[in-house]
Parts: sequence; structure tokens; C-alpha cells
Amino acid sequence: MSKFRVVHYINQYFGQIGGEEKANIPPSCKEGPVGPGMAFKAVLGNEAEIVATIICGDSWFAENLDEAKAKVVEMIAQYKPDLVITGPAFNAGRYGTACGAVAEAVSQELEIPVVSGMYPENPGAEMYRRFALIVETGDNAAAMRKAVPAMGKLALKVLKGEQLGTPKEEGYIPRGIRENYFAPDRGSKRAVDMLVAKLKGEEFHTEYPMPQFDRVDPNPAVADISKAKIGLVTSGGIVPKGNPDHIESSSASKFGKYDLDGIVNLTAETHQTAHGGYDPVYANQDADRVLPVDVMRDLEKEGKIGSLHRYYYATVGNGTSVANAKRYAAEIAQELKNDGVDAVILTST
Amino acid sequence: MCTIVPISLTVGANRIVPTVAIPHPLGNPELPAEEEKALRRRLVNKALRALSTEVDGQTVFED
Repeated sequence: MSKFRVVHYINQYFGQIGGEEKANIPPSCKEGPVGPGMAFKAVLGNEAEIVATIICGDSWFAENLDEAKAKVVEMIAQYKPDLVITGPAFNAGRYGTACGAVAEAVSQELEIPVVSGMYPENPGAEMYRRFALIVETGDNAAAMRKAVPAMGKLALKVLKGEQLGTPKEEGYIPRGIRENYFAPDRGSKRAVDMLVAKLKGEEFHTEYPMPQFDRVDPNPAVADISKAKIGLVTSGGIVPKGNPDHIESSSASKFGKYDLDGIVNLTAETHQTAHGGYDPVYANQDADRVLPVDVMRDLEKEGKIGSLHRYYYATVGNGTSVANAKRYAAEIAQELKNDGVDAVILTST
Repeated sequence: MCTIVPISLTVGANRIVPTVAIPHPLGNPELPAEEEKALRRRLVNKALRALSTEVDGQTVFED
């Protein structure tokens, strides 16, 4: 039987080209294994071989993301691999991000499975865990000795089409995939068993981990609110009547930006809610109950605030994924900053 | 500004002003219009005060 074909992606450092001073080299390609690829060779044995190694500088990749992905995918494709290995990147942020971006492009465009290795806190793990089996590694290259056998073993399992266990069993970072299975006990019993274990101080594993929310340091106080330009943002779905952007009533795929110029009061004729997760009667009667435009205009007129920002932003926070919410927030915050807004009142329902 | 304060705490908001109810956080349809607006103004003023206050972690502005 012929060996499975594997292509390996590594950075300039592990590719033995150089350190930070070589981080700006574009991708290049070498036949056979290089650097950590030699260690993989031992683990893959007679069953698979690294036919080529793609090496790219971390900075070059980060600064030319789209071009880098396209070039690397093109190089990988010409070797017709059965699987791609990226890294391991440990806790190197740019390298991890590059390993993840390659995994995304390879899995989406070439539909080839990818095995990678990262420290769980590597930003690349959070960003790209959906696209690769990312083996959990230590935070620096000293962990190579452990990472390579774990990654190699998992790669062989995938290549041979063997059934994978849970992320915990296999040692990779959860991809966020839920799979149905028949549990020996019904849910109520499993829940009570878990509770009993918890009460006894024994180890237990939740079946549904909560999403991880990040924390940010509080911004400093606004020095003089009477001079501040204040923006309004809501997850309560307040939109101009008719919902012109068709923001979905749940799992919103977008946010809207709406002009408040000349508007001193929201009414049943001008505004409504698009939110499908709470009784809309009160917001449809008077959307100020969710987005306090009337009061903000009064305060503006009285000089209690500097001004109300001309645009407000709205989405529907109903079943909206944390990842999407984060993305909307980042875009909205950037626009508000560009427009010189000093502070924001965020209302939620 | 939110009604379910534990959610705001969970997602990491730093300045939190509790509000009236989920479908009308900044209003109360049972009140006459003028009183309702006065209630909304009190809540917005509280939010402005929160924005003008230094905090060193998540803070709920109860009063």
C-alpha cells in the first residue's frame, strides 16, 4: 500500500531559515520534511510521509493575509496531500494565526483535513479551531517532544478514517461540533449524578460548557459629561418602521446604523422593534422605552450632555452567537471612535 | 442599561445600570406618559453618572 501524503506548514524559524529578522520572507516550498517534520517522520512511520514543507515568515503571512493564504494553498494543492499538518505553534501568536488561517483555507477550499498544535490561549486556537484538529500543546517549543507524537497519532487516525473520540479523549481543542449519541442514562439522571459528584467534591464534566466571555478593563470616566458626544447602541432591535435592513428577529446576521438627525422622539409611526425574543407591544408603542432618544434630546437641549451622536446602532440580541455579537461590537466601536463619540449608552432588553 | 443584571455581569459589562423590565427597560407603560418619561430621565441620568464615575472593575449602579 502506498503511503498517505502529508504536507507540512511551518514558519521561518522552524523552517531553519532564521529568526525575527527573517519573519518577512514570502512562502517557499521544499520537498520532504524540514525541522519538526523530521520528528513527525518518525511518528508517521511507514503509514504516511511528509512529501513537502511550506515555509513562510510569520510577519509576511500576517501582513499579506489573503495573498499568503492563496499562495500557500496553491503550493499545498500541487502535492495532492491526503492531510495537512500546521505547526505546532505553541503560544506564538502570529505563527498560530498563520497555522489557523492555512487550516481554514485548506479545509474550505481543498476539503483536506488539517491537524495542528497550539497552546489553548494562542489566539489562533480561538479563531480557527473550527477548521482543524488542534492538539493542545504546551506554551513553548520545549513541548515539541510531547506535541509531535500526539499530533502524529491523531493525523494517522484521521488518515485511516478511524472514528475520533471526544476532544478530551483525543487531546484536541473542541471545534464546537455537537454530535448525537445514545447515552446509557437519561438526562435527568446524568444531571443528578453530576450534582452529587459536585457536592462530594469529585471531578465531573459538564455536557454543555458555557461560552467563554472575555473581560476588558473599564474605560476611564468621562471627565465632563456636559461636553461629551454620546452614542446610543441597543441589542433591543429598535429599527425604523418597516425594518429596512431586515434585521432578523432572532440569530441576527447583522446590525443597522440609523440616522437620528431631526428626530426628537421615537413614536409608533417612526420606529418599532425587530426583536423576536420579548413581547414587542411596548417597544412598538414607544421605542423610547428601549432607546431613550426623547430624554437624550432634552438633556442635549439643556446642555446636560454635549450632544447626541447623529447615528444609533441596533441589532437583535436574541439567540445571537457570541462570536457574531463580538464582531458587530468591534465594527460599531470602531465607527463610533472614528466619529469622535466620547461615551456610549448601551441598552439591552 | 439592562434588566437582567446577572447576564450583564456574565458577559463582562463594566458599568451596569439596572432597568425596569425586559420588554420596556427604560419605561413603564402603566404610568402616565409624563411620569414614564421622568422615570426614563432618572435612569438615563444614572447612566450618565455611571459614565462619569471611575470604576476599577464591574460595577452595578444601584441608586
